[in-house]
Amino acid sequence: MDYRKYLSKNAVDIPPSGIRKFFDIVAERPDAISLGVGEPDFDTPWVSREAAIKSIQKGYTQYTSNFGMPKLRELISKYYKQRYNVKYDPKCEILCTVGASEGIDLALRAILNPGDEVLIPDPSYVSYRPCVSLIGAVPVSIKCTEKEEFKLTLENLKAAYTEKSKIIILPYPNNPTGAIMEKDDLAKIVDFIKEKDLIVISDEIYSELTYTDEGHISIASFDGMQERTVVINGFSKAFAMTGWRLGYALAPKEIINVMYRIHQYAIMCCPTASQYAGIASLENGFEENFATIQDMVQKYDIRRRFLVDEFNKMGLKCFAPKGAFYVFPCVSSTGMDGEEFANKLFREMNVAVVPGGAFGESGKNFVRVSYAYSMKNLEKAISLIKQFVEKYTK
Amino acid sequence: MEKLEKKVLDLLQEDARYTASKIAVLLGKEEKDVEAAIKSLEAQGIIVKYSAVVNTEKTGEDFVDALIEIKVTPQARSGYDAIAEQIISFDEVKDVYLMSGAYDIMVTIEARTIRDIALFVSDKLSVIDGVVGAATHFILKKYKESGVDLQPQENTKRIMMHE
Repeated sequence: MDYRKYLSKNAVDIPPSGIRKFFDIVAERPDAISLGVGEPDFDTPWVSREAAIKSIQKGYTQYTSNFGMPKLRELISKYYKQRYNVKYDPKCEILCTVGASEGIDLALRAILNPGDEVLIPDPSYVSYRPCVSLIGAVPVSIKCTEKEEFKLTLENLKAAYTEKSKIIILPYPNNPTGAIMEKDDLAKIVDFIKEKDLIVISDEIYSELTYTDEGHISIASFDGMQERTVVINGFSKAFAMTGWRLGYALAPKEIINVMYRIHQYAIMCCPTASQYAGIASLENGFEENFATIQDMVQKYDIRRRFLVDEFNKMGLKCFAPKGAFYVFPCVSSTGMDGEEFANKLFREMNVAVVPGGAFGESGKNFVRVSYAYSMKNLEKAISLIKQFVEKYTK
Repeated sequence: MEKLEKKVLDLLQEDARYTASKIAVLLGKEEKDVEAAIKSLEAQGIIVKYSAVVNTEKTGEDFVDALIEIKVTPQARSGYDAIAEQIISFDEVKDVYLMSGAYDIMVTIEARTIRDIALFVSDKLSVIDGVVGAATHFILKKYKESGVDLQPQENTKRIMMHE
């Protein structure tokens, strides 16, 4: 059978993920030192695991409200108010999703029509573009440069904007660069966003992993922005809960309602045990004033400083990112681009990093290095990368 | 302890070989401030020693580790302290703690053979005035020592993810 004629053109046209391709090779060598994955090396806090186990033991295994359990939504509301000073009504402005990933997809599907343009900072997480294309809408890159620490600048935003632009995705703290948008940086773009009547999808999944005194600032906290912003967040990174698939979207009720309708038909509700775990994570967080997260952030922060220092010392220019758990060094000094560097490094040294080009054209000369690994592991990897770089730097 | 001292202490407990300059990089502080913090931690007696954590099973040497629970009759005036001080003075003794619960003092001891430990208990420990009983527990296998997993394996729970 020739399946091509049966398959959806939009779906078939989605390019394979550049990272996937690379990791298929990496997976063949289980002894490789990988600095590739994008999930915390910490375990989910025990209180959360226990809450899920108890819920299963008690037989709380039915569907929940399709919005997510009311208690969970109340806690999320309290959390966003306390941590980021934005208020959402748990009754109608919060939707629990299967990971932040579902939230992104729902928001795009709820808002876009075919032909609409979506502004996406480049480099960024790999799923935005395919989700936009599947709808028949058009992803448009906003160039971000290392010189500006991969922040989104007004100038580059203006250059990418057209009359068809409808959404701007704001993925900060950023995967893969670790860039963040501080208060001043956001202040410079909000007027333009309002003037051009854009909707913002603010992907704040790494919000807790921000290494500044002010912490993460949500664009929804700016005057007049909450009404045009869909905030996407979740439990994966903040509470080390990647496999539980629990996220949430915060938005005006008119947008949430449409997202909810798609969610209801496609998904119904998040896994019930995961919701119990999420409730425990937040309750425990309030009780201990988020000390577990602070501990985790302190450890990441030490590793971050270590890597930035080491990469700069070996001549791979690396700006000091202030968020997420990635550093993004430039490998041009070796005469290679990110892809060649990553391939050779893996073949010769058995160390895996991700080519920056997988996240967009602007990342071509960079590699993404995750520090969701123990210091011991990072030290071992760095000494191997150092030998490799010495060999190739003229 | 000051805030910086606490952070420096956390790192040195993780790896005592970190130099002041490396700690300065990791914490984003000045090297001289880190040096001062280390000096102060030593002067206050907070850091008492820098030593290696050893997986004794891999040394190829004979050894036996044991925990000994000791029941004592507290002495007039000195309470438990006088008895503890006598126990501390033996070189083979690693740790001595006053405990709550069913017994009073816990001792950890390392020796070459079981017989050495038996002799220690019968000839040195039991004869101390005030010691009324001792229960010796031999350690069969060590899984974790001073916070270090002794069967180190990189976290294999994580699969390769593309995000």
